[in-house]
Amino acid sequence: MAVAARNENYFLTTLDAAASWIRANSLWPMPFATACCGIELMATASSRFDLARFGAEVMRFSPRQCDLMIVAGRVVMKMLPVLQRIWLQMPEPKWCISMGACASSGGVFDTYAVVQGVDRFIPVDMYVPGCPPRPEQLLQAIIDLQEKIKRGGTLTGVEFERRKNPEGPPPFDPQELKRRVLRQEQIPRGRMMKVNSDGTERDRRDGP
Amino acid sequence: MTVLESLRSRLGAEAELSYSEFRDNHRVVVGARWAYAALDHLKNEIGYDMLFELTCADYLYYPDAKDRFGVVYGLLNTRTGERLLVKTWVNEPDPALQSVVPLWSGANWLEREVFDMYGVRFEGHPDLRRILMPEEFASFPLRKDYPLRGRGERHNFPVLARADG
Repeated sequence: MAVAARNENYFLTTLDAAASWIRANSLWPMPFATACCGIELMATASSRFDLARFGAEVMRFSPRQCDLMIVAGRVVMKMLPVLQRIWLQMPEPKWCISMGACASSGGVFDTYAVVQGVDRFIPVDMYVPGCPPRPEQLLQAIIDLQEKIKRGGTLTGVEFERRKNPEGPPPFDPQELKRRVLRQEQIPRGRMMKVNSDGTERDRRDGP
Repeated sequence: MTVLESLRSRLGAEAELSYSEFRDNHRVVVGARWAYAALDHLKNEIGYDMLFELTCADYLYYPDAKDRFGVVYGLLNTRTGERLLVKTWVNEPDPALQSVVPLWSGANWLEREVFDMYGVRFEGHPDLRRILMPEEFASFPLRKDYPLRGRGERHNFPVLARADG
């Protein structure tokens, strides 16, 4: 980091450290708020918790102007392509916070439509637990993210280019699907029998 | 003349009509072939002028159920405040009903939702597309034989690595 020189009018540092210090202290969040976490995100930005104290208060609703995506809330399968497109539209260098249980793991919404954690499809730097998390938790995540940015950042962003492999959990487990199909077939056919008008029986799944 | 008698005089005796009452619920069940005529009669002759709900239920694993899908129309008489639930049954392999959009324009999106979730087709609907699920979705998710966690649709997306950004 910075080395204080004898003359107090200048100091020496590396470009990497200076760039990281500047980036860490002027994060521009992209609020991807889809649920109740979004309300806590708004509270974090408001006067009581005051995200401005950490240099990250400039929320922009255009991804072109942002460098920190905060995914706040559940993401459904119809929204995920939008999320990925917005993430790709953000200029480098950029970071991502997965805020709350739903964004991090799907939360209680373990259904056909809800993505079980956005880290399966986009890279995530920081996870915030909670349902929804308190604003203090989000502040702590941003402070931790600032530490992370300062620790390994380079002027050219070469550390991002090296990360060519997906880092989240695997998006889909084929074994999981196989187990579910088996469970469906175990439902006894007798429960779906219908008696026809002539007294014969048929399975309702087979149609009339 | 009661609602049931009025319907029976319009549709005839073979229309599989029945009527039941539980607390404040007044319910009419009618055969699918006569459903449109019954709703037309209820709207234009009896005065149930508003369709406040159009939904469906899948009775696949339901004990003693004889048919698969029960499509329910919720009607309201805005002059007297009376409500009436009209239910009709449709079955696989091609559950279909006549669209009631000519009677109530508000049925447009409701029928699209029933089609999206249960695959019940509404013939004569001006624009029968999925309304909630993505266009390319292939199943009908509220059918009881569709698994709760889906068939992998929620995870069928490209994975972005950090270097892709």
